[in-house]
Amino acid sequence: MRRLLLALALVAAPVLADSDLPPAPLADTQLPDPKQEARAQALMETIRCLVCQGQSIADSNAELAGDMRAMVRQRIAAGERPEAIRAWLIQRYGSWVTYDPPLDRVTWLLWAAPVMFLVVGLLVARSSFRRRRA
Amino acid sequence: MIAEAGLAALWLGAALCMLQLIAATLAVRGEAQLAGIVRPVAVAQAALTMLAFSLLIWLFVEVDLSVALVFENDHSEKPFLYRFAATWGNHEGSMLMWVAILGVAGAAVALLERKLEERTLLATLGGQAVIGLGFYAFLLFASNPFARLYPAPPEGRGLNPLLQDPGLAFHPPTLYLGYVGLSVAFSFAIGALVTRDVGPAFARAMRPWVLGAWIFLTLGITAGSYWAYYELGWGGWWFWDPVENASLMPWLAATALLHSVTVLATRDGLRAWTLMLAVIAFSMSMVGTFLVRSGILTSVHAFAVDPRRGMFLLVLLFLYIGGALALFGARVGTVREGTRFDPVSREAGLVANNLLLSAVLGIVLVGTLYPLILEAATGTKLSVGPPYFDAAAGPLALILVAVMAAGPLLRWRRDNLAPLAKRLAPAAGLALIVLIAVKFVAPSIHILSLLGLALAAGLALASVAPLWQRNLRRTPLFVWGMVLAHLGVAVSLAGMACDSSFTVEKLVAARVGETVTVGPYSVTFDAIDPTFGANWQALQATLLVRRGGGDMLTLSPQARTYWAPPTETSETAIHTALDGQLYTVLGKQAPDGRWQLRLWWKPFVTLIWAGGALIAIGGTLALIGRLWRARRRPQEVWL
Amino acid sequence: MTGYAKWAPLVAFILLGSALTYGLAKPETTNIQSKMVGASVPSFTLPPATAGLPGLASSDLTTGQPHLLNIFASWCVPCAAEAPQLKAIADAGVPIVGIAIRDRPEALQRFLARNGNAFRAIGADDASQVQMALGSSGVPESFVIDGKGRILQQVIGPINSQDVAGLVAAVKAAR
Repeated sequence: MRRLLLALALVAAPVLADSDLPPAPLADTQLPDPKQEARAQALMETIRCLVCQGQSIADSNAELAGDMRAMVRQRIAAGERPEAIRAWLIQRYGSWVTYDPPLDRVTWLLWAAPVMFLVVGLLVARSSFRRRRA
Repeated sequence: MIAEAGLAALWLGAALCMLQLIAATLAVRGEAQLAGIVRPVAVAQAALTMLAFSLLIWLFVEVDLSVALVFENDHSEKPFLYRFAATWGNHEGSMLMWVAILGVAGAAVALLERKLEERTLLATLGGQAVIGLGFYAFLLFASNPFARLYPAPPEGRGLNPLLQDPGLAFHPPTLYLGYVGLSVAFSFAIGALVTRDVGPAFARAMRPWVLGAWIFLTLGITAGSYWAYYELGWGGWWFWDPVENASLMPWLAATALLHSVTVLATRDGLRAWTLMLAVIAFSMSMVGTFLVRSGILTSVHAFAVDPRRGMFLLVLLFLYIGGALALFGARVGTVREGTRFDPVSREAGLVANNLLLSAVLGIVLVGTLYPLILEAATGTKLSVGPPYFDAAAGPLALILVAVMAAGPLLRWRRDNLAPLAKRLAPAAGLALIVLIAVKFVAPSIHILSLLGLALAAGLALASVAPLWQRNLRRTPLFVWGMVLAHLGVAVSLAGMACDSSFTVEKLVAARVGETVTVGPYSVTFDAIDPTFGANWQALQATLLVRRGGGDMLTLSPQARTYWAPPTETSETAIHTALDGQLYTVLGKQAPDGRWQLRLWWKPFVTLIWAGGALIAIGGTLALIGRLWRARRRPQEVWL
Repeated sequence: MTGYAKWAPLVAFILLGSALTYGLAKPETTNIQSKMVGASVPSFTLPPATAGLPGLASSDLTTGQPHLLNIFASWCVPCAAEAPQLKAIADAGVPIVGIAIRDRPEALQRFLARNGNAFRAIGADDASQVQMALGSSGVPESFVIDGKGRILQQVIGPINSQDVAGLVAAVKAAR
């Protein structure tokens, strides 16, 4: 019976149970320097929680999110630049982990879209107007 | 018995819907005798669907566990309001609500619409029936709310505690009245394309329906934003989450439509634009419904996930939107072209408005779907979130705010830049002053927030400018409506900019007795006690809050545990002052006995939703004003 | 409206509809693959997670001997389910080392006693730091690491019995 239950609990994806340990020290504590904390907060709001349904690590109660917040704060306190931390995370998890999509071969269309819409809009607008008589 | 009656009512309603479609089609083609039955059939159909919906509500309130849907989503220990609201807190029930509102919207058109030419009206009711049939089919064949469960279990599975909230009672129905209300505009457009009757009279007839749906959408989105803000425990009111975007896109289209229909009504221009926007608005509603229910996108708000149903909805989308746009392509060429405008005129301002709103709509659509398409095409996983949307849509939105300020001050037909600049000078001057002042006081403020505050100030002044030097008692109600709605946008924008820039956050691990300062408040952690409610137990913190030398207030955030289904939630405690909110959350206990507290001071954050409410009030005044005027002076061709 | 412009909305919608159909047919996967596959193991040193077994350092993985690195925890249910598979892999001669995420020594002892101990060393990663450095996002996950410390393969989720032979072969083939 126990084997059956264990087999039933077998999931193809990693499990999201809770551990016993308390959160990492800097997961829920702010850095003493307000400028550093502001930089850390700004970065955390744009890093995606790996185990959540669509939240940033700043907005999540998940343990891994807490550990990621602790890591971000620790590194900012040590003087690392936010972009370097973001790059480190992208190196490990891919672009999925950042809510700020990088500009590269696969995302150029995304970033070009606003410009394209604006241009199309201007062209359409021109056709609605009649020539202005002096 | 009741469940079977509900299902029977649905089948009957579907049958009547089919009859409505056939009668309307034949009547439009010339069978005059059938014209007389279309309206009564539409009303009867609505009555039957409302009956089915009411019966489902009854089943939920009485917790009839022999119905599968009630078992999945209800619980006898839930308070009455939440048993009631649980009816639409799930896929099948909310789909039934969708179909019920669709029927009622059609019946309302049948009963109340007097200005529209008869053939066009019949074609509109036919369009409504076409939409209805697809969704009836979806309900009856893929989402039956009345399916039975044998044997009936002893207790229900309860509802997500996050949904046991007044927000659930208010947000979905309001939003759906908006989404589905836009179907009327869609049907009007279909009707007009079929009969080729597009002109000022058509626009004047369509306008109240668009306004009505738009008001509900505005209220629904505002309510949803506030609900997420106080419920999720992090003080976020908008995250560009796919489900949130799904509600925003119809609203953007509806706002553009609202303004476009006015141009058609007063200047007989923008015919093709108005028809297209009417089709797009409801299309966005349907796309949104598809996105939210198919499981195609991950979201923290997702409440129903089923790719099989997604397929069904996708087929409906292709039929309806594809059909409507094909009809548009085929017929719009034969719609006589309206007038063209001078580049400096109110019409031009409204065209700019349309284009900017459409561009923002396009950006939101692209940003929401890009990760999905990219992964399907290349396997690369990508996340597109606030940094993209803020950067891409933000500047366009700010340009739109500037256009909104100038628009009401532009003359119809033809205006000149010099007098316009003079009329705008006070607002522009105020914006400049605010820009400099804010930059001085907060040098590190983000550029978008800075411009947002400045433009909000300018827009606020510019939106009341049309009232300047007018006899206020003789100003038409719809002008007051426009003033209030634009003012609401300014207020909301100011709130958003303040929240982004001036929020103060404190995370502390506190012992009982400790005091923390957050913004202008000092917060003392007085006690922590267990407490309980109808279907939950909690740990409640007592925070004594004082501002300067003012009175002591008590805030009681809780960490709650529900038992059906077992979930932990955090209940925020918020104090609302005139200039902002103090937002408090109780977290977990650390091993050394201290308690985690999250405290925010959010200056002027309430302006966000106050602005939204103002926009809705403005819309309501405009609606009442138009209807009243139409009743009093039916012959007049008014501006 | 000019000839082609009036069909533009329909064309745009057909593109959109195709995108949605495509997306529905190939739904998003929920697993996040580590991008460190193919790269060297990042340098780390972890203390012992429980009595009786040494801790783990990245230098232990660059000795010329390939390893199977298993990321797990005693509070993780599927980790218990994959224990027989780990034993089978260890019996086949593959050295298995572990990283325990957010675990306590006593809980880990109980877990190993109950489910068997296939590990040569287990490092304690209390704040998920090494897990993040490896690009892992949950438990259980396993990595095939070659003798030079390069990550060759990642398995997300518990190891199924069908995958055992393949993993053993992968480790043995690695240098």
